[in-house]
Amino acid sequence: MSYAIRAEGLIKRYGDVFALNGVDLEVPAGTVVGVLGPNGAGKTTTVRILATLLRPDGGRATIGGHDVVGDPVRVRGLIGLTGQYASVDETLSAVENLVLLGRLLDLSGRQARARAMELLERFELTDAATRPIATFSGGMRRRLDLAASLIGRPRVLFLDEPTTGLDPQARNGLWDVVRGLVLDGTTVLLTTQYLEEADQLADRITVIDQGRVVAEGRPGDLKRRIGGQILHVRPTLTTDMDAVAGMLTQLTDATPDRDDNTGVMAVPTADPMLVSALVRRLDAAGITVDELGLRLPSLDEVFLAMTRQNTHSTERTPA
Amino acid sequence: MTASAIAQPHTPRVAAYTAPLRIGPLRAAGHGLALAGRGVTKLRKSPAMLADVILTPVVFLLMFVYLFGGAIGGGDIDAYLQTVVPGIMVMTVFQASIGIGVSLNADASTGVFDRFRSMPIARSAPLIGAVLADLVRYLVALTVLLALAFAMGYRVQTSLAALPVAIGVLLAFGLSFSWISVFLGMLVKSPGAVQGIMTILILPLTFASNVFVPSQTMPGWLQAWSNVNPVSVMSETLRGLMNGGEVIGPLLGSLAWMVGVIVVFFPLAMRSYRKNAA
Repeated sequence: MSYAIRAEGLIKRYGDVFALNGVDLEVPAGTVVGVLGPNGAGKTTTVRILATLLRPDGGRATIGGHDVVGDPVRVRGLIGLTGQYASVDETLSAVENLVLLGRLLDLSGRQARARAMELLERFELTDAATRPIATFSGGMRRRLDLAASLIGRPRVLFLDEPTTGLDPQARNGLWDVVRGLVLDGTTVLLTTQYLEEADQLADRITVIDQGRVVAEGRPGDLKRRIGGQILHVRPTLTTDMDAVAGMLTQLTDATPDRDDNTGVMAVPTADPMLVSALVRRLDAAGITVDELGLRLPSLDEVFLAMTRQNTHSTERTPA
Repeated sequence: MTASAIAQPHTPRVAAYTAPLRIGPLRAAGHGLALAGRGVTKLRKSPAMLADVILTPVVFLLMFVYLFGGAIGGGDIDAYLQTVVPGIMVMTVFQASIGIGVSLNADASTGVFDRFRSMPIARSAPLIGAVLADLVRYLVALTVLLALAFAMGYRVQTSLAALPVAIGVLLAFGLSFSWISVFLGMLVKSPGAVQGIMTILILPLTFASNVFVPSQTMPGWLQAWSNVNPVSVMSETLRGLMNGGEVIGPLLGSLAWMVGVIVVFFPLAMRSYRKNAA
């Protein structure tokens, strides 16, 4: 199998603080990997190392088989970078920005212009081509950033939180663009705080927390990983919540997540007999419920469970 | 080891050895030129930046010649014009040299730098581009200043051939001192801070000099400073070249300053630039 992105034991230290503490990553060519994690988890540091902007203090990484430290120029020839940092020049117009980047990639003046117009059209920015970028909306700005990183037809594209701050419509538009790129064979590494985004786009997800990979797998696998299913229950009377919470704790040895606004409590479980056991107890206590059932956990719950485990450093051996 | 959902046998992939790709000087120069073009476009688009470089010397020229010229020059405005024009040329280029640090800093803080650094271009290209764009800035500012000076009655006394020589030396002077600005630009947090610090540094250099008033009118301690001040020495060089008078002495003094500044600040600037670009 050929990997577009490969990282082994990446370490980045700032003084005594480990921004990355041994990150491994393997992304087959032509797939999308979602790197998930809370703020400060090390997502951006990982991307900056893979994009040759930052030197790792340990470990190694290759893009298309080329070492990011040993052969950065070749790596840069393969990648495109869009994110919170790699930006365009706001004092220039959209077309001027794209033409400049084309020229830097050794296109002739005419080629650079043609490529710029092509990308502007593809991202529906033709009408705004010569407008000052300061007048662009957030969505237009992201599309231009993305266009800028596509000038050189990169084989590997890094998208660092590409939809942060976008409205749902602009977000959907950007997702469609990413899907289109993947159809063209581009490998995409996407960092995000939105689980839905990873669920929508990524073939595989890597969850990073505190500079370490805490989980890796297909979105569906990850959902199954945290104890199979989620039992959720909503007592008719909110005054019964404490009693029900007590039963759940006794039955599962875990403290349920409770939402006092909706009255719903949820607890992960792998035991199919739990529902009937709970029903018997509720019956005995004379408590009625409006809602009771099992479902697969949402990615949000997976994410919380994974990062929480890490915080308590109770590392779980993967299945 | 990290948690990996799928147990994957570790198959080390030994890539066939290929020498790291390097960017030749010719391509680096091409990238530098493309980025210089960007600098010039920015200049055209941002009248504020240009006004800073062009208007300040114009205002100084008009103000000092017509307002103070009579008093300073003892009533002989024409003679004062001859003395003050080379000095204001030096001041103009000196002030314009702030620009490079400000624009490099802006590129670093807005992420434009990271965009360039993620592309297969020479590391030095953004710096080369900024320096070349600066030369254009100096030339535009000098052209406007000299056009006004000629309109006001300034004449080159030696020969017109001396003018390009004078401008050449002045450009070298500006480029030497711009490394201070590059260094600060890579060191300080915001473009505004670069501007602020450089202005504070530049004021005593331009005013405590012989640009506007002869050093002899100053108190002894200030005279001592003014006589070694690089702006004074460079002004004397231009006066010698354009108006006639001693050239060799001031020229050597100016060259000494340029070499000194380059020896100290070029390595510092490059170090901080690489740190930002590493």
